[in-house]
Amino acid sequence: MQVPAPFEYQRVSTVDEAVTLLDRLGDTARLVAGGHSLIPMMKLRLANFEYLIDINELHDELGYIRAEPGRIRIGAMTRHRELLESDELAAAFPIFRDAERVIADPVVRNRGTLGGSLCQADPSEDLSAVCTTLDASCVIHGMNGERVVSMEDFHQGPYETAVGDAEILTEVRFPVRPRGSSAYEKVERRAGDWAVVSAGAAVWLDEAGLIADARVGLAAVGPNTAGIAGIADALRGQAPAEELWARAGDIAAEACSPVTDRRGSAEYKRHLARELTVRVLRRAVARIDGQEV
Amino acid sequence: MTTVASNGHRTAFVDNDRKPTGHGRMLRKEDPRFVRGKGRYVDDLQLPGMLHLAILRSPLAHARVLSVDTTLAEAHPKVRLVVTGAMLAEKGLAWMPTLSNDVQAVLATDKVRFQGQEVAFVVAEDRYSARDALELIDVEYEALDPVIDVRTALSPDAPVIRDDLEGKSDNHCFDWETGDAAETDAVFARADVVVSEDIVYPRVHPAPMETCGAVADYDAVDGKLTLWSTTQAPHAHRTLYALVAGLPEHKIRVVSPDIGGGFGNKVPIYPGYVCAIVGSLLTGKPVKWMEDRAENLISTGFARDYVMRGEIAATRDGKILAIRTNVLADHGAFNGTAAPVKYPAGFFGVFTGSYDLEAAHCKMTAVYTNKAPGGVAYACSFRITEAVYLVERIVNCLAFELDMDPVELRMKNFIRPEQFPYRTKTGWVYDSGNYAPTMELAKQLAGYDELRAEQAEKRVRGELMGIGVSFFTEAVGAGPRKDMDILGLGMADGCELRVHPTGKAVVRLSVQTQGQGHETTFAQIVAEELGIPPQDIEVVHGDTDQTPFGLGTYGSRSTPVSGAAAALVARKVRDKAKLIASGMLEVSVADLEWEKGSFRVAGDPNASVTIQDIAMRAHGAGDLPEGVEGGLEAQICYNPENLTYPHGAYICVVDIDPGTAKVTVRRFVAVDDCGTRINPMIIEGQVHGGLTDGVGMALMEMIAFDEDGNCLSGSLMDYLIPTALEVPDWETGFTVTPSPHHPIGAKGVGESATVGSPPAIVNAVVDALAPFGIRHADMPLTPSRVWEAMQGRPVPPI
Repeated sequence: MQVPAPFEYQRVSTVDEAVTLLDRLGDTARLVAGGHSLIPMMKLRLANFEYLIDINELHDELGYIRAEPGRIRIGAMTRHRELLESDELAAAFPIFRDAERVIADPVVRNRGTLGGSLCQADPSEDLSAVCTTLDASCVIHGMNGERVVSMEDFHQGPYETAVGDAEILTEVRFPVRPRGSSAYEKVERRAGDWAVVSAGAAVWLDEAGLIADARVGLAAVGPNTAGIAGIADALRGQAPAEELWARAGDIAAEACSPVTDRRGSAEYKRHLARELTVRVLRRAVARIDGQEV
Repeated sequence: MTTVASNGHRTAFVDNDRKPTGHGRMLRKEDPRFVRGKGRYVDDLQLPGMLHLAILRSPLAHARVLSVDTTLAEAHPKVRLVVTGAMLAEKGLAWMPTLSNDVQAVLATDKVRFQGQEVAFVVAEDRYSARDALELIDVEYEALDPVIDVRTALSPDAPVIRDDLEGKSDNHCFDWETGDAAETDAVFARADVVVSEDIVYPRVHPAPMETCGAVADYDAVDGKLTLWSTTQAPHAHRTLYALVAGLPEHKIRVVSPDIGGGFGNKVPIYPGYVCAIVGSLLTGKPVKWMEDRAENLISTGFARDYVMRGEIAATRDGKILAIRTNVLADHGAFNGTAAPVKYPAGFFGVFTGSYDLEAAHCKMTAVYTNKAPGGVAYACSFRITEAVYLVERIVNCLAFELDMDPVELRMKNFIRPEQFPYRTKTGWVYDSGNYAPTMELAKQLAGYDELRAEQAEKRVRGELMGIGVSFFTEAVGAGPRKDMDILGLGMADGCELRVHPTGKAVVRLSVQTQGQGHETTFAQIVAEELGIPPQDIEVVHGDTDQTPFGLGTYGSRSTPVSGAAAALVARKVRDKAKLIASGMLEVSVADLEWEKGSFRVAGDPNASVTIQDIAMRAHGAGDLPEGVEGGLEAQICYNPENLTYPHGAYICVVDIDPGTAKVTVRRFVAVDDCGTRINPMIIEGQVHGGLTDGVGMALMEMIAFDEDGNCLSGSLMDYLIPTALEVPDWETGFTVTPSPHHPIGAKGVGESATVGSPPAIVNAVVDALAPFGIRHADMPLTPSRVWEAMQGRPVPPI
């Protein structure tokens, strides 16, 4: 049995309580939500914290999926399983259900949370790629109220985020635009493994059926999940077509920075960035047309 | 000989639920406790005053140990004991023998030789404190260059790992040779076709669900040591502890309670067990050691790690003439291979496969590297896994070169039924076999011809579909004592059977189940012979104080050896029962007929006595025939005449996504012939498990190292084992070719599927890649490695 080093444990029941405690304990403390990344790291003694602040009681306050005109707000304590099972979310952003189906396993999905996934900031993390693809923004709560940062600014390096020592991510917001859809695909060595590479795409058409906007997010091919800005530039104003997806795939392959590891060679990952970009763009557009769900 | 097909879940249960056990497909007697979560494992054991042990391991693969400072750890308030290699050396316990007559450090004294090697241990009041105190031990190392690449281990400038061995000046472990080199070379020289391929079987790990551990309890009052431990071979371990620790053997009791999977991982004696014993001797308290997952993966018995060159010679029309192989074997830092003494490469000699050859030769060189020791584990039947993989891969390479169907090529070369018993060119005597019907049945269950037609259509469309075939013959059930021993202990098995007055029975076995269902299978064997219902027969195993001596469960030997012992001991009891019956019925023995469960007088249907009646008489006050003692029990030690040679034909169908190179195993047909089948449900369960193992090894499993010798596979996130999502619905079938020398005709089956499935899967993947001109690609066939092969650059995994 792997056992962590000694630590103290405190359960909190409000966001303010969590922030106050964090402010007092500084970087010796860490929030634990689902705990499926943090606890194994502590058991392996790769991470050692003096204090764990358990925020699972905040699920009542921060576990929600709310559709409003023009946006969807998801509480940071919303669990993977709730994201997977939400028909409302799947209707607006099918990419969520695509991704949740291939994240870890049911045991992890029962506990793990959206906020925990983003704050772990693993370069291979799937929901980070989903949020990047959907141009999400993150609400961070601290002693002096809350601030909102874009996904681009949220991740600041592998396992590093914009969330300060005395702050907590409370909500993620997603803009909803008309005539859009999305898709996600992941290549893994085995079910439940981290991605070798994964890609998300979201596409919006204008009234003429041309591409109004398109976003692609990739995981496991750089220090953080990456939104590929060049793809939006190349696709906007164009009519959906296979050649266009191929060009987007080339851009993705060019823009990413994979490294060789046990999951695969850098060349293979670059190939996958291309292949998966093509597949998810094709699928997202097919979904707009109602051809595929 | 009967040939009947069953097919996965849709089985029509015919033949097999009839003879010979009569109880065939019964539910497992042990399952009620397991399905209720009431199994009793080593870690469930709680003894009064028990302390907890944790082991400090080396972070480096190769380094000199300059100093070990335990001052701070000893000052920890909950620590009772800290022990270093130097302290063990004072007691003569720093080194222990391995199962291959090498020595292995219990705790490092001079050097550490692999990452994860045991350096010191702490005994504390709870497992948390024990683990915390490890961080208080200060070890000073002087890093040395590690030897990681097996191919350069013998180069003159390679650092010498085993400088503890007197006069050792290189990393050579052993050489081994079998077959006739000159004759084989001559056959190769005149062959029409010669095909060579470099084939790597990477290092993998058994990764049982339960890791290794022990509770040692030394009672200073009566001088007796009781060791509960995760062992597949309790009796062999007891004898070795007696030899290592100097404790008298009758004062050692080894108990192997419920075991959460073994697969060979729990055959060796690990330093942790010895540490637990030392901990208990020094503290006078029971001491528990349970390794964690990372410790299990990085330090305990690995499997495979063979770099092989296979060569096959044949005529143009596909008659295989000879097979030749050269093997470089990585044995890690200590030669911990568990194999019979005369067989340093296990039973690799069966690399001639199921084929009638003119000649064969193997030359093997084993080397030391800075990696964990072990070498034979993971359901490999003593290296038969590597042998079968080599021959089934190289035969497929030949089929590729001859542009011949792989089934047709195999059929053309099978040993024919009339050739059994068949002596191979490496000296093995296959007891029985009838290969063609088994292959035909697999073809039929798979719909082989239709699959080939589908494949042809798909190739036109650019779709990648592969069909892989393997045919294996295993040599299991070690073994005849004149040939086989482990550290001088012969591989015969004892068995005792006692029938109680009311006709219930207890059978005591030396083998130990790790999930194989012994409590059911052995009860069924005795039930068949005595006519007592299996529910009335208690199977006792896993406790050296309660069972006769024997060598344990591994190499698929339980049914071939202890199964035979159980049948014969029951017949011995039956013979005595017959004498008693003759007295009860007042007839001569010659007039009695046995009908399962009772003796009756020939020609008089009303005159009979049941085995239960006889048992009561045997223990009762009534008269017994002259010269017959009371009681109804017997014991035996069974020395097998030969190994048993199960065989099987496997067909695998894969699809590969041309864009991502991801392999999906669509179908898998496994037809096994393990001779007489005792409990078909248990056999199928073992086959399902072994096939799943095969998917793991073929597609994802590998213990990898970086150039510094860091193990890159120390967790189940890094060392992948397959889940239900990676495997298809298994389709199983069987043929029955009984073993002529086994009392009930049974052969071992526990490892058949693990042995036979990897080549079928790899052959399928390579077949799918035929449009790319690929003849071979090494395991594990991860998406990346398959894609690299598609780019024309298949790379060995090491």
